[in-house]
Amino acid sequence: MTERIAFRNARLIDPANNLDAKGGLLVENGKIADVGPRLFNDADTHDPEIVDCKGMILAPGLIDMRVFTGEPGSEHRETLESASLAAAAGGVTTIVVMPNTDPVIDEPSLVDFIRRRAAATAKVRVVPMAALTKNLDGEVMTEIGLLTEAGAVAFTDGDRTISNTRVLRRALAYASTFGALVVGHAEDPDLSEGASVTEGEYAMRLGIPAAPAAAEAIIVERDIRLVEMTGARYHFGQISTRASLEAIAAAKKRGLPITCGVAAHNLALNELDVGAYYTFMKVKPPLRSEADRAAMLEGVASGAIDAIVSGHDPQAADTKRQPFAQAAFGAVGLETLLPVALGLHHDARADLSLVLRTLTAAPAKILGLNAGTLAKGAPADLVLIDPNDPFTVREGDLRSRARNTPFEGRNFHGRAQKTYVGGVCVFDRRAKR
Amino acid sequence: MTTAGADTILKSSHLLGIEALSTGEITALLDLADAYVALSRGANKKTDVLKGRTLINLFFEASTRTQSSFELAGKRLGADVLNMSVKTSSVSKGETLIDTATTLNAMRPDILVVRHQDSGAAELLSRKLDCCVVNAGDGSHEHPTQALLDALTIRRRGRKFEGLVVAICGDVLHSRVARSNIHLLLKMGARVRLIAPRTLLPGDADRFGVEIFHDMRKGLEGVDVVMMLRLQLERMSGAFVPSTREYFRFYGLDAEKLKRAKPGALVMHPGPMNRGVEIDSAVADDIEVSVIQEQVEMGVAIRMAVLDALSRGLAKQGRNAP
Repeated sequence: MTERIAFRNARLIDPANNLDAKGGLLVENGKIADVGPRLFNDADTHDPEIVDCKGMILAPGLIDMRVFTGEPGSEHRETLESASLAAAAGGVTTIVVMPNTDPVIDEPSLVDFIRRRAAATAKVRVVPMAALTKNLDGEVMTEIGLLTEAGAVAFTDGDRTISNTRVLRRALAYASTFGALVVGHAEDPDLSEGASVTEGEYAMRLGIPAAPAAAEAIIVERDIRLVEMTGARYHFGQISTRASLEAIAAAKKRGLPITCGVAAHNLALNELDVGAYYTFMKVKPPLRSEADRAAMLEGVASGAIDAIVSGHDPQAADTKRQPFAQAAFGAVGLETLLPVALGLHHDARADLSLVLRTLTAAPAKILGLNAGTLAKGAPADLVLIDPNDPFTVREGDLRSRARNTPFEGRNFHGRAQKTYVGGVCVFDRRAKR
Repeated sequence: MTTAGADTILKSSHLLGIEALSTGEITALLDLADAYVALSRGANKKTDVLKGRTLINLFFEASTRTQSSFELAGKRLGADVLNMSVKTSSVSKGETLIDTATTLNAMRPDILVVRHQDSGAAELLSRKLDCCVVNAGDGSHEHPTQALLDALTIRRRGRKFEGLVVAICGDVLHSRVARSNIHLLLKMGARVRLIAPRTLLPGDADRFGVEIFHDMRKGLEGVDVVMMLRLQLERMSGAFVPSTREYFRFYGLDAEKLKRAKPGALVMHPGPMNRGVEIDSAVADDIEVSVIQEQVEMGVAIRMAVLDALSRGLAKQGRNAP
């Protein structure tokens, strides 16, 4: 029997097809069967399951390009399952997981492990990135061809920068042979060694070891040169400074195959939020100056920044409840990604369609995923968003196994109400937990 | 003499830094310390304002001088004092700072004095524990009792803070002593100059509202007080300055450079000194200009004043009131 769900009375937003209109959507057997302004205008549809969207936004489920979990190796921090529950609650239907686990995802059997574990336990789609170098050591490149066959969607050393330029050059040249995407982290390892925050007046007053903001642009500019030499497809996972953004925008203008992302917390917070040594504000790249934060907002609005990511990085109390310099980097973000992004719309910095593009169509295109669209035939990965639903972030409400949110106590407007993966409802805000 | 339950001096129940103190609080602490200088110079050096109280010195960094100063201050006030240093604790067995501190907290101390290598460690403990926390130096952040004892030394030499010109020389970048002194001196109306090579100054140092000098002779021109900072020898291996002899040549205080300062200028150093690196022995030992030994004496008095002030807060809260 055909399984059908009829969504009616929705505001359909599909950035991939430049659609923003009232209408309906039909799901059949986990795929989008029909979509359009006139669909289900009348309430007389005979479909067994009807979802009245009440004018709320129906959009493609979000794709979060940068998620760290603790599986395998640190399951007390986060498993693929617990990350997927947080994702579903955040309207995220695809999480791209980083290889920074124990063991590191640097060989085909481990990519396979992630995919099988995810299929067995996760509520949303899980797409693994594999390491670019063995054990993330920045020395020997991984089996990019075999890992691609195993299902790795891109290659990255996660939050580590490859300091050896020759190694990176070869890895990029080799990756381009397979058309593989390389995702880089831009933070000069020598300049930022031992640093916890960005250099500036506030860090000086707190006496916290700091690295200059230029540590990012130095690597961005280096890597742009290498892309120019090798022709590899390259994505900067998380940028955070105006200088990086300008360098990337100029490289794009020259036609280089370069894209970039920004973490939600770098859009919403600045260096002063570190406050009295709040370790939940210790993230990588660090919270920057207000001028750099403003540049990130402009970058999203202008389209120079392609994707907004959560940079979700769960940490347990034992790694965060420490003196600032010793505390681990990282913040959870899957459940606050959409609310922070919607803030750009509420502040009239970017229209809704553009905001949602950075979370759907853009990452799908960068990664080559069949997702992030409401087109007929696409998987029915959907999120129903009330853009005005007001709420306060409380760590106790988070689905993530870890509680290290930098947004505790912050007020937002707008969040996911229902989330569907392949036509199956994986999250309903009205349902009891 | 002061007694517990007398006027409150500090608004906070902790002393974490100078930055949060008002000029009124600083002046009141200095006044109280004056009384304790007199007490400490008498034959009976003891009083009982901390009678029944427990003071724990928790030192994650070795510091003979600061630790013994707090120990003596606590004992002269009648408290029971326990010294814990990192080598004898469980920290080396992997216990976290918070675990160690909560364990100690369960023994119900009234005041915890903490020295730690990381900035913000005292702040972290103050949020998690329910006793008074005194910051005896955290990373490169603050060392409030050092700045207070420096201020007491200056004041007792008859100098007024308003308009006083103070040069702080040396490794400002890593120095908690410098940060606390900058805050205190600026609050009290003094003018502060920082003298150091660019590698030993934070890039934004001028944002404190101080003057920056890279030429020591120019920086010392007409100053009332010269505060030398200790150059930590582990910073020496070509990382921040190329050699000790080059450092001494350009940034070491000797009689010739000191001539640029105002006649009668005071020379201070928080100790321990690297003779022939940041200061010449001839200057350090010249009793006409050096007040370095007085600083040590004032240290005990200031710490007595701080402990007294915090215990008054405890009495106000009604916690274990004697």
